[in-house]
Amino acid sequence: MSTEGRGEQVGLAATPEVEFGVPRSWARGQKVLHPSRDSYLGVAGALYAAGYLMCVDVTAVDYCAAKQHRVLPEGVLPERFEVVAGFISHSERGRVRLRVQVPESDPTCPSLWELHAGVEALEREVFDLFGITFGGHPDMTRILMPENWQGYPLRKDYSLGRIPVQFKGAPSS
Amino acid sequence: MTVVENQDSIDYHARLRNGRAVLRMSEVEAAQRGEMLADENDETMIINMGPQHPSTHGVLRLMLELQGEQVVRSKPIVGYLHTGMEKTAEDLTFLQGPTNVTRMDYASPLFNELVFSMAVEELLGIEVPERGQWIRMLMCELNRMSSHLLFQATNGMDIGAVSVMIYGWRDREELLRLFEKITGVRMNHNYIRPGGVAADLPDGWRDDLLRILEPLPGRLDDLDVLLTGQNIWRDRLQGVGVITTQEAIDLGATGPILRSTGYDWDLRRDLPYLHYDQVDFDVVVGTFGDCFDRYAIRLNEIRESMKIVYQILEKLPKGDYKVQDKKVTPPPRARIDESMEALIHHFKLYTEGYKVPEGEVYVAVESPRGELGCYLVSDGTSKPYRMHIRGPSFVNLQCLPHMMADGLIADTVAVISSVDPIMGEVDR
Repeated sequence: MSTEGRGEQVGLAATPEVEFGVPRSWARGQKVLHPSRDSYLGVAGALYAAGYLMCVDVTAVDYCAAKQHRVLPEGVLPERFEVVAGFISHSERGRVRLRVQVPESDPTCPSLWELHAGVEALEREVFDLFGITFGGHPDMTRILMPENWQGYPLRKDYSLGRIPVQFKGAPSS
Repeated sequence: MTVVENQDSIDYHARLRNGRAVLRMSEVEAAQRGEMLADENDETMIINMGPQHPSTHGVLRLMLELQGEQVVRSKPIVGYLHTGMEKTAEDLTFLQGPTNVTRMDYASPLFNELVFSMAVEELLGIEVPERGQWIRMLMCELNRMSSHLLFQATNGMDIGAVSVMIYGWRDREELLRLFEKITGVRMNHNYIRPGGVAADLPDGWRDDLLRILEPLPGRLDDLDVLLTGQNIWRDRLQGVGVITTQEAIDLGATGPILRSTGYDWDLRRDLPYLHYDQVDFDVVVGTFGDCFDRYAIRLNEIRESMKIVYQILEKLPKGDYKVQDKKVTPPPRARIDESMEALIHHFKLYTEGYKVPEGEVYVAVESPRGELGCYLVSDGTSKPYRMHIRGPSFVNLQCLPHMMADGLIADTVAVISSVDPIMGEVDR
């Protein structure tokens, strides 16, 4: 792991960096590409051709509680959700991460399943916990929560379900 | 890196996707299926295995479609241990984080703490002192040994070699006793924390460790005599649950499963973290990708870990075991008794925590089960905005239907065991 870009996100350079036709940024020295939902599969395919044979991780982040904190390269419009997919190249010994913006009004994203069969469970987990559906996925069902569960627990507007505890004798605030 | 080229490997892409091995069916559909069978000649049936089956390693449940004694399609059903740990993490400070993640893969808790701490340190931009790094390596390799010994025990028990269970458990217990001496608890240590480790190694640890390591090679050789060279054992495992390199890569399998196919990949050597580039060890690979290879790889990885531990014993430097940045590290316990400022400092760190700069980072380590990753997003407060753990067991479980397809139901136990899933990490 190189230390390039450590401590700062270089995403806001004067001329935006581009790789595979999509904006590129560096997060603590790690390479991040920002495809749109339309170019997502194309970039993943180009990465596969470039030796990134394994998709190690697919997850998502709900940014609805932290919009002002996000640094994105120029030309990438922030949306509520972000699907994050990590790839590894064994020949080049490198990693690359894709961050795809997914709007709240239409929480869908293309599935990588045709390219990487191993994303099946990971995308089901994202669907289960964030409610983002993946088009082209063979079995878009809940995986961790019960089949009849309502709601998507990892969304930021889903409460923790904490039970309030009364402390008798403590001064009320 | 050898890639076995044969007829089978050519159409692996289609084979993983044509639904021949994976039973994609909901509970309701499976229950209705018996009444609705259109074809009277269809003699397949769906049975349920687990989640209380003793050999399914915790609460793994399998839906198996059987044709006589043969498994046609299957589906691992998980979630029985889901406790929302990723959601919990968003409500814990970075200092409390390791207590949460350590409970995920409970057979190798130190790796969870390590990957979380490394992600936090990457965001903070701090370097752990030399001694801290070497202690982390030492503890992780010992943990890898204890985890693989646990595998030998449960694998032996699953196949029917019950005495091996006692042997594996005995040797693991010795290591856990050492962990208790060093960290205070046998499991779920909360020992590796952002900034270093919780405490320096106690007096006499070296003698204790050498006492444990000394008889271990002989005991591993005993396992070789009892299992590796034994005909019944080999017949039971060889050629069972075969997976090819392309399939493993396509399915995202890592760790011993990927290496059993002959693919030479280990994050410790190929994307080194801590000081793994300064120690000498071999990456153990298999040839056939079957249950026997996965068994043999784990057995030999114990030997390789011992090799690393002996090198760490030689190279372990003196010095700080945690970073001396006062923003992250609480004052020593003795200072709190004599200094009001130290008490306030301690109090602030443990109530408010420290703020971590904004950013996102993915860090991965080679756990005994494969690539254990942590994706951490911070919004500049003292709690993670999002913490995701990429559990190797969770992804590796997807290999099960493909390994078991067309096999006998009696072999499912051997296959599950060889994947070595830890359900705490699968369900999180």
